[in-house]
Amino acid sequence: MMQTRPPIAAVEQASRARPLPRWLRGGLRFARRWPLGAVGAAIIVVMILVAIAAPLVAPYHPLETDFAAQFSPPTLAHWLGTDAFGRDLLSRLIYGSRTALLVGFVSAFVGATLGALIGVASAYFGGRIDLLMQRLVDLFLAFPIIILALAVVSILGTGVSNVIMAITVPMIPNCARVVRASALAVRQMPYVDAARAAGYGHGRIIFRHMLPNVMAPYLIMLTAYVGQAILLEASLSFLGLGVAEPTAAWGLMLRGAAVEFAETAPWLAIFPGLAISLGVFAFNLFGDALRDALDPKLRVL
Amino acid sequence: MHRYMLRRLLLMLPTLLGVAVLVFLLMRVVPGDIVEMRFAEGQFFNAELVAKERARLGLDRPLWRQFLDWLWGMVRLDFGLSMWSGNPIAHEIALRLQLSLQLALMATVVAVLLAIPLGTLAALRQDTWVDYVARVFAIAGLAMPSFWLGIVMFIILLAVFHWIPPMVFTPLWENPWQNLAQMIWPALAVGYRFSAVAMRMTRSAMLEVLREDYIRTARAKGLWQRLIVKRHALKNALLPVLTVIGLEFAFLLGGLVVTEQVFNLNGLGLLFVQSVARRDYTLVQALVLLVAFVYILVNFCVDLLYGWLDPRLRYQ
Amino acid sequence: MQLGHNRWCQGWLLALALGVVVLMAPGLFVLAQEQPRSGGELIMAVPSEPPSYDGHREETFGLIHPIAPFYSLLLRVDPNDYTKVVGDVAERWTVADDQLSYTFTLRKGVTFHDGSPVTAKDVKASYDKIIFPPAGVVSDRQGQYTVVEAVEAPDDDTVRFRLKWPSASFLLSLASPWNFIYKADMLAKDMHWYEQNIMGSGPFVFVEHVRGSHLVGKRNPNYWDKGKPYLDGYRALFITDTAARVATLKGERAHIEFRGLAPKQRDEIVKALGAKATVQESPWDCILMVTMNHEKKPFGDPRVRRALTLALDRYEGSRVLSQIAIVKEVAGVQVPGTPYATPPEALAGLAGYGTNIEASRQEARRLLKEAGVEGLSFTFKNRGIPMPYEPLGIWLIDQWRKIGVNVNQEVIEAAAYYKVLRAGEHDVAMDFQCGYIVDPDLDLYKFLSVDRNPSNYSRYSDRVLDELYDKQSRAINPEERKQYIRQFEKRLLDEEAHYIMTLQWQRIIPHSAKVKGWKITPSHYLNQQLDTVWLAE
Repeated sequence: MMQTRPPIAAVEQASRARPLPRWLRGGLRFARRWPLGAVGAAIIVVMILVAIAAPLVAPYHPLETDFAAQFSPPTLAHWLGTDAFGRDLLSRLIYGSRTALLVGFVSAFVGATLGALIGVASAYFGGRIDLLMQRLVDLFLAFPIIILALAVVSILGTGVSNVIMAITVPMIPNCARVVRASALAVRQMPYVDAARAAGYGHGRIIFRHMLPNVMAPYLIMLTAYVGQAILLEASLSFLGLGVAEPTAAWGLMLRGAAVEFAETAPWLAIFPGLAISLGVFAFNLFGDALRDALDPKLRVL
Repeated sequence: MHRYMLRRLLLMLPTLLGVAVLVFLLMRVVPGDIVEMRFAEGQFFNAELVAKERARLGLDRPLWRQFLDWLWGMVRLDFGLSMWSGNPIAHEIALRLQLSLQLALMATVVAVLLAIPLGTLAALRQDTWVDYVARVFAIAGLAMPSFWLGIVMFIILLAVFHWIPPMVFTPLWENPWQNLAQMIWPALAVGYRFSAVAMRMTRSAMLEVLREDYIRTARAKGLWQRLIVKRHALKNALLPVLTVIGLEFAFLLGGLVVTEQVFNLNGLGLLFVQSVARRDYTLVQALVLLVAFVYILVNFCVDLLYGWLDPRLRYQ
Repeated sequence: MQLGHNRWCQGWLLALALGVVVLMAPGLFVLAQEQPRSGGELIMAVPSEPPSYDGHREETFGLIHPIAPFYSLLLRVDPNDYTKVVGDVAERWTVADDQLSYTFTLRKGVTFHDGSPVTAKDVKASYDKIIFPPAGVVSDRQGQYTVVEAVEAPDDDTVRFRLKWPSASFLLSLASPWNFIYKADMLAKDMHWYEQNIMGSGPFVFVEHVRGSHLVGKRNPNYWDKGKPYLDGYRALFITDTAARVATLKGERAHIEFRGLAPKQRDEIVKALGAKATVQESPWDCILMVTMNHEKKPFGDPRVRRALTLALDRYEGSRVLSQIAIVKEVAGVQVPGTPYATPPEALAGLAGYGTNIEASRQEARRLLKEAGVEGLSFTFKNRGIPMPYEPLGIWLIDQWRKIGVNVNQEVIEAAAYYKVLRAGEHDVAMDFQCGYIVDPDLDLYKFLSVDRNPSNYSRYSDRVLDELYDKQSRAINPEERKQYIRQFEKRLLDEEAHYIMTLQWQRIIPHSAKVKGWKITPSHYLNQQLDTVWLAE
């Protein structure tokens, strides 16, 4: 009788003296079921490691100019070439991952969290508060993102923290809308009414009963937002409204010289674009797998 | 049904009003104004010049007065004059609307042609290599900045074909070849990204419908039923797909700022960025209201569609 | 015999004639090639669009490039020699002995595009609008003509300007490319008419303007200069994106761009077009300067300011930056190659213009220590424009790092930028100046005390400098004027270091070799009437 054992069980059997830790088992199961997601997760982990270890990994300092080596194509000295100031492209890409991840994670976290809070509160309180919040959400959804970002940057100036703010603002209403839909279902649950009857305060019910039950859409929105934030930062920097020179940021590297010298120095445009695409790609793959695992019915628009 | 329609229509108004107030205030909070933009570079700049021009543009009136005058004009569909050129705003927008509309339509066609067949195929062959390829293709489209795709297109066109698209817009009826030669590239770049969004929605919607019991029973019955069922499935799955397409189309009208810059298209997105940079209050306000109105309208139509198809929603 | 002798003579004569023809042929060939050819449409790419059409109230070259060909001026800068002034509508002029009165005699036969003749009344009405604008009318360059007492039109052909004091640059100031001659009757009906309408007496007539796309002009058959313009017409394409503009030139969809391109873009175009492209280059009357707010510590201390200018290795900067940015020459207060430019000996004497950079930097460090601000760090505010602000900003920060000054850059969007500067909130910022004519009165005006010139973002009051400016403005003798200008320069850039000049911009115009008859000048506002331009086959 041929019995095909799932690989994990086989491994476990082989090392019965030392069972695999729970998280590794869960991770391997995830990787087996959703291989694309695992690929995404792997790329993300590599990105984070590279960003953390940037000073060790990058061959040159990202701000170091070398006018003798302007516009040099990929060579042994500079693996990905240099830009208009002779700055090494590979080093700038590596340090740029720091900016991308920082902007991506912070914007996504703040945007998704605030959005989730608003969505849950809106669903919980219902009635007029819900109506008012819905109108506000509609308002910000209808408002063109670029104008909001332009306005924020014009008022506050350029720079990483201001870019984060500019990107976070349009994310909040979107998340609020999605989380509210899930929160409405939770609201109908009998234990929420029971909690009210037992005299628990609004805050306690929201934080301890409702929020944990919308974790699935919240996490999914969060991962989706990281990718979107990276893209939005690229667009804003390209327009000159994002991070400022001489900071290394992927979107900023696409601006100016990269486009103007696209024919004579194509590596200036190609590599930063590839970096952005890879980063967003990884987060999307992972986010998709996460959604399939947690809540396949969720529509993330 | 009529009450549902009326309710949703009435809910549009406060949103529009909110957008109007927000854009008005936002523009005035942002530092710098059009008079400084125009005259600050000159050698003989002085305060008298500024005061004269401000008075002429009506910027010295109290804020509430400016807001009410403008709002009253919008209600009468009088968009006013651009502060930068002095031209009627309706004229300025109409010039660019043609191009933006054509681009949005072309991108939508590209998207639909790619998304629906691919998404359906991916759903039907879930978890096979067909599914994986389709999903990777879609996610790549989502991940690439569409302006970067445009730049790469330019590089390839120049390096391989030694040809660049025409730089000046000719309307479709004047010279269809030249028009398409220019517009096909941004339409492809934007359409690819658009198709990615639509494809994923098609796939997930199809998957959901295919999981329904009646589909499974029909499947068990045999091939002929499967074909009929597939058609049913597609029809039901179409609703969320249409929603996504509608909303994306609304976004395309004013949101393609960077793409228009890269391809040098005289569209609404470029007008947006230019007028904000110039602090042309009246033009920015009119544009934002227009874009918001289109978005709200599309939402309204979608709500109607849902309400018509799912009576439960009407009684919320 | 008679016949034989004649044949020999004839033979000789024939040989002589052939020889002459052969020798002259190249000359004739060249002459035939350089003879202007009538016909053709010039296509130009323009980076920005005119807001309104009124030259008296706008400041952007986006107006000059497409609109200047429709109008005549009273005087204009000679298209072939930018140091000279020639008459456009004016035929000749006389200056009174006391230098207080200029009388111009107008040409006969100059007509507006609607057929009516251009008379002294029209010139007076146009200049009254520029110099003495009525209520509600904005005249940008009114401040340039404070010297004018009155404009008179004693008869149909004569215009007289009466001045309050002698002015060395007055004729040049009348050649300003912005001083379009409008029709008096139109102005009488509506002072704002010319903002939305075009009707001049220039070499071209307005055809159409599609906003955001293009503008078309066609030849004026009744232009006073018979035989000109050579072109049948021209078309201005508005292309804001630089890469798209370069692509248009490379793809031969446009002949020329009149503002200026970056060095690498020139190289790309030359590589793509080869012999089909011509490149004209010239120093540009534009420069970026570092402004240090004297009201903020420690920039009120001249030692600190001197240190900042001593830190800059201008010659090395010129060498490297000229390859990637539109800057090149090391210059003082006037464009190199113009009458009042700084001679090399005077230049070497200015702080920061020495060739021994190590010595300069040591001196800079010493000055900082003496002023008690070792380890100085500040925020440098720069404008959000890629060329050449970004590369110059990066270069400046790099150079200041070499004397131990830590600078971080804050980029401000264009519209907010002037507000910040005018409010005096900045420590150190990037300022800039573009002159439309190369004239010391115009170029030095910026550096006057802040109560005389609100655009002085260094916010200082320096009466010595003001006095020198006034003296040079009234010095009719060029040698005397040069002396005052050199003294002004020394005080501005060396003794007090009120401003720090970076590098002079370089105007690079790669264009189709078919475009002839256009000679580059240091100002992208000059020589844009296009009447001398013609297209070869």
